[in-house]
Amino acid sequence: MARTPVIEITNLRKTYGTTVAVDDVSLHVDAGEIFGVLGPNGAGKTTTVECLAGLRTADAGSIRVLGHDPQRDPSSVREVLGVQLQSSRLPGKITVLEALRLYASFYSDPADAEELLDLLGLEAKRHTRFEALSGGQQQRLSIALALIGNPRVAILDELTTGLDPQARRDTWQLIEKVRDRGVTIVLVTHFMEEAERLCDRLAIIDAGRIVAEGSPAALIADLEDRRTFRMRLSEPIDDDVLTSLADVDRVCHVGNEIEVTGTRTVLPAAMLALAELDVVPDEIRTLNRTLDDVFVARTGRDLTADSETLT
Amino acid sequence: MTTTATTTDIPAATGSRPLIARGLLRLTGTELRLFSRDVGTVFFALVFPTVLLLGMGLVIPGMRDPVEGMGPPWEGMQVIHLFTPALVSVAIATVALNTLPAYLAGYREQGVFRRLSTTPMRPSGILQAHLTISVISLLVAAPAAVLAAVVVFDVPLPQRPVVLAAAFLLGAGAMLGVGLIIGGLAPKANVASGIGMLVYFPMLFFAGLWTPGPLMPDTLQAIAGYTPLGAASQAMSQAWFGGGVPAQQLAVLAAYGVVTFLIGARTFRWS
Repeated sequence: MARTPVIEITNLRKTYGTTVAVDDVSLHVDAGEIFGVLGPNGAGKTTTVECLAGLRTADAGSIRVLGHDPQRDPSSVREVLGVQLQSSRLPGKITVLEALRLYASFYSDPADAEELLDLLGLEAKRHTRFEALSGGQQQRLSIALALIGNPRVAILDELTTGLDPQARRDTWQLIEKVRDRGVTIVLVTHFMEEAERLCDRLAIIDAGRIVAEGSPAALIADLEDRRTFRMRLSEPIDDDVLTSLADVDRVCHVGNEIEVTGTRTVLPAAMLALAELDVVPDEIRTLNRTLDDVFVARTGRDLTADSETLT
Repeated sequence: MTTTATTTDIPAATGSRPLIARGLLRLTGTELRLFSRDVGTVFFALVFPTVLLLGMGLVIPGMRDPVEGMGPPWEGMQVIHLFTPALVSVAIATVALNTLPAYLAGYREQGVFRRLSTTPMRPSGILQAHLTISVISLLVAAPAAVLAAVVVFDVPLPQRPVVLAAAFLLGAGAMLGVGLIIGGLAPKANVASGIGMLVYFPMLFFAGLWTPGPLMPDTLQAIAGYTPLGAASQAMSQAWFGGGVPAQQLAVLAAYGVVTFLIGARTFRWS
């Protein structure tokens, strides 16, 4: 696949009054990839893509989208950029087909509405009103509208928030299908599992700054010296027994299990400490390292702590 | 697929490229279709003034009695006749204060404007579409009320139809400007409806819905002449029943139209 950057953001900064939404963000997105912008709520993800789409004016930094500058000339990117916005709804009484035909009429070279209905599995719903669609169907229509202008780049913001697990997985498949049509995708999400599953590359944003950038596999591989395990104990112990150990970074309770994260030797160190108290775990399992661990390692905080968890 | 509406005579909020933006006709047609699916709104916008007029004339006692002691040109007319211009004002106020602001604020609340601003269509396109729909609604609702008044209650035909039409259009412009300001600032549809209602009833009072034409006390008439709906009602009344060209009222309406649209365009919040 050709590695031409279609989006280049350099030293982007945006403040609202005294609040710094985006502090200093630089990233590039290559043609044909699914690029993730991952971070907790309020990290500056949406502001970044709003600047990208020309909806907001940045305080500093430069943005190029397919050679256009959305800050100086927002109209130049509207034909080539499809955007699915978080918390943007359609009028309740508009039907699926009406919405597609309406949005198609805004573009000089729109996609075929019937073909998109087919791609997104909405053929049977073509005459259904927006208010009568399920959450997953509304999101699929939203994707269809982002694609109706035949864009070369599509920005999808918090696409699967509020969807049930099955609808979420269906949506992931769709996004891959869209990418296979040659559309470069910028996926904004706070679900690390979603980013890990879908993205070719991603940037992790925290407090308006990029804390990590790369492919999910490479980011996780960088965590060579980090381990996480879960165990079930027959009798409760004081967390201090574990947290006081030099090898342990974090202890949390997940159901009836205790999850412990720390250095490469965290597991033997914890077992030794427990053995001194004459405690033997009933069950122990080590966990695969995830992007969540990458986030913890880079920021010292838990990405999913304040957001919904995937089931 | 049909697009039933045309978009002329509507001031464009942002004029950049061609005369009619690509997709604006389809946008207007789609919005008109969505409007037609809103049965309650359609009833109030199109039918309510006529129903109110018929109800008043047929049910309230004394409405069909002749007017006495008012001197020309009122002598010999029925009381309900005096109400007819006020009922046309009801039509204007209903569309401008109830229908338009709730739509605009609702679209802001739902993020429809924001969604549109990512496409080549400008969000002001919806504004143009809804002003067009408002004008179409008024061109149905007002003649319907007038027709009912003429057919059912023998209201005399207007003496100066051109002046009447001018007063009607200027009044509609002034009131739609007020609706644009409300719809442009209210954060939610129900807030816009609430503010619209708060403005609606005082406006109808000045328009003479309770004391039509010559029945309104002189001082109140003088004040009403400087409110948009009061001026519209007085101007239409004069044009209808005789009494010269209502120059002052027409000037007041034109001024309101210009000022409210300027304020509306300046203060409109897209998100």
